[in-house]
Amino acid sequence: MTPLQICLLISALLFAIGFAGAVTRRHAILALVGIELMLNAANLNFIAFWRYGAHPEALTGVLFVIFSIAIAAAEAAVGLALVIAIYRHYKTSNLDEVKELKG
Amino acid sequence: MIWIVKNLWLIPALPLFAAGIIAVNKQPARKLAAGLAIGSMALGFLLSLCAFAATLGHHGEGAFRETFSFNWIQFGGQWMSIGWVLDPLTAIMLVMVTFVGMLIFIFSVGYMAHDQNFMRFFNFLALFASGMLGVVIANNLFLLFVSWEIVGLTSYLLIGFWYHKPSAAAAAKKAFITTRIGDLGLLLGMVWLYAQTGTLNFYDHGHGCMEASALAGMVSKTICGGMMVSTAIGLLIFLGAVGKSGQVPLHVWLPDAMEGPTPVSALIHAATMVAAGVFLVARVHPLMAAGAAHVEHGAPVTTALTVVTWIGAITAIFAATIAVAQNDIKRILAYSTVSQLGYMMMGLGVGGVAVGMFHLITHAFFKALLFLGSGSVIHGCHEEQDVRKMGGLKKYMPITFVVYAIGMLALAGFPLFFSGFWSKDEILHHASHWSVSHVPFYLGCTGALFTAFYMTRQMGLVFFGKYRGHEESSHAEHDHSHSAHSSESHSHDPHESPAVMTVPLIILAGFAILLGVIGTPAWPWFDAYLNGELAELQIKFGNLAASAGLMGASALIVLTGITVGWLLYGKRQRKTAAEKDVLEAAQPAIYKLLENKYFIDEIYEATVIRFNAFAAWLCDFADKWIFGGAVLLVKYLTIGASWLYRLTDENVVNGGFDAGCGSIRGGGGILSRLHSGRVQTYLRIIGVALVALIIFLIWGRKA
Repeated sequence: MTPLQICLLISALLFAIGFAGAVTRRHAILALVGIELMLNAANLNFIAFWRYGAHPEALTGVLFVIFSIAIAAAEAAVGLALVIAIYRHYKTSNLDEVKELKG
Repeated sequence: MIWIVKNLWLIPALPLFAAGIIAVNKQPARKLAAGLAIGSMALGFLLSLCAFAATLGHHGEGAFRETFSFNWIQFGGQWMSIGWVLDPLTAIMLVMVTFVGMLIFIFSVGYMAHDQNFMRFFNFLALFASGMLGVVIANNLFLLFVSWEIVGLTSYLLIGFWYHKPSAAAAAKKAFITTRIGDLGLLLGMVWLYAQTGTLNFYDHGHGCMEASALAGMVSKTICGGMMVSTAIGLLIFLGAVGKSGQVPLHVWLPDAMEGPTPVSALIHAATMVAAGVFLVARVHPLMAAGAAHVEHGAPVTTALTVVTWIGAITAIFAATIAVAQNDIKRILAYSTVSQLGYMMMGLGVGGVAVGMFHLITHAFFKALLFLGSGSVIHGCHEEQDVRKMGGLKKYMPITFVVYAIGMLALAGFPLFFSGFWSKDEILHHASHWSVSHVPFYLGCTGALFTAFYMTRQMGLVFFGKYRGHEESSHAEHDHSHSAHSSESHSHDPHESPAVMTVPLIILAGFAILLGVIGTPAWPWFDAYLNGELAELQIKFGNLAASAGLMGASALIVLTGITVGWLLYGKRQRKTAAEKDVLEAAQPAIYKLLENKYFIDEIYEATVIRFNAFAAWLCDFADKWIFGGAVLLVKYLTIGASWLYRLTDENVVNGGFDAGCGSIRGGGGILSRLHSGRVQTYLRIIGVALVALIIFLIWGRKA
């Protein structure tokens, strides 16, 4: 097994865990945690393919991941703000109960 | 053309405008209403005098005749023109109608003073006068017919003026429907005349339907039984006159028309409505006289005129006998009117236009006088109309007594000094020379006897003896209805009427005497005037001797009638109001027959009315079962068809739509279930779809 394959396996595992968390958790913040895990699995893939790819000397993979993390941070901030707003409105953060679109 | 001919239309238009202004005036302006009506008649009278003056002094080439026509409506390619004519016949009628009408209007101011509907009364009166004057000036049968119907309508309105009385309402209906029967004949005659001659203008410079060329055309054609078309048309038109002038057998409405206010009776029975029928016959006299086989004493003899004569003679004697046994003061006068109208018709038949018209004019004055006098009597006796409850009024109402006596003597034909004598004598004179039969002459003489008799009876009962009204127990009722004007004079004695009522009476009385002068055999001015000749004073022995015998006989007849009447009713007064009539005591059967007017009303009730009721029932039956059945059938067919439509609609059309809509809604429901709003479900689906996509890509590539 090459190191790339091991990385991809770990990444797939991480993605699966994140997906499972995002899909099954009722709490909005836990679902967000799941989504972050899936995002990081994707980041891990970027790193792995850059590190064991054709041009490891170019910093393309790292740069992409840094961007991705920044976006993830912004997304997490927006997501958390939404969760707080939803909680204030519905007095709950249970995703199953927040299915009405009208305010 | 002189200005009066052009502006002749003003005479009927003035009362029409007056009626219009009164009708639109909302305020109860009594003075305005009376003033307008009387003023319009007074102006009309002045204009009539101008018209009359224009027709005077025109001798030689026939009578003065000027027409004014204009096109009115178009039928296809033909223009219907209407217009008016001024000839002696029109002029004399205009003067008479406006003058007598004006006096009656003035009298009405007093008579109707206490009536609530004073304005309405004058409105109708003015409209009536307008219609009558329209009849008189019309140079066109169509215009005449329109005015004729206005007269018919307003007579209905006026007879039923006190419509809250059932008897008045019934009398108005009776008058309207009975005259309508005659009018149908007139209408048919009019249409036929138009079909034959293509014009309804009487005189139109040689093209009119009363002029030689049109008459010759109608004389040359015959219908079944060799009857000339002109005769048939003349008889149809005469039918209209029979209805309007109350001739037998359509006389039944006229006595009932006494339900109207007394001035109305005077207006209808003296000056206007009934005169309209006689006037119509006078107007179409050329048509009736057309094709005369021979001319006797200046009077043509034709089938149409023979019929006119017979109807007139029968009416004259028939109504005169009924009048003998009536007890209502106005009904006696009504039957005497019917009788006198019979004389006029007879005069037209046997002697021509001048003879009949002369009696019409003199009769208009003395009958208006009598009716207004009876109005004064009724007014003075607190609305009492039964002559048995009057008596002795000579003392209470001296003016009314004198003028009434003059009217009575004129009507009875008292010799030499009263107009009725001369006009009636002229009719009898012509009747005695009539070549067809002498029976009308004898009928006329007998009628004259009865006329003198019943008028004397009325005078005796009303004015002589002593007042019998006090016996009546129901004075409280009278008191109640007349508290307005009898409160100051508490006695129930009759009282003389105010000057506004007596002055017209005095004027009329003057004319009732004087008018005879214009038609005496010695100076036949009237006859000459109508024929456009110069009247000469003919005091020739031969002339006088020819008529003196007849005059003596007729004077004798009148005097006999008056004497018998005086002996039975004047000298020997009845003691109480309830006492039996002298004649009733002597001849109960005949008296009963006369009192019930020969049971004509009952005969009509049993025949015409019953037939009418049967016909109405038949129509009702047919309507209910035959036409109603057809309608019902159509109804059920429609219901069945619509039921079928409903079924199709509900099950086929709606079913199809419903099925389509249901499936769409179902599809939407299924799809909407996917859209649950749960973000995690979406995510799950995305995950599953991704896996499925990956599997598909891997397996698809392998394949």
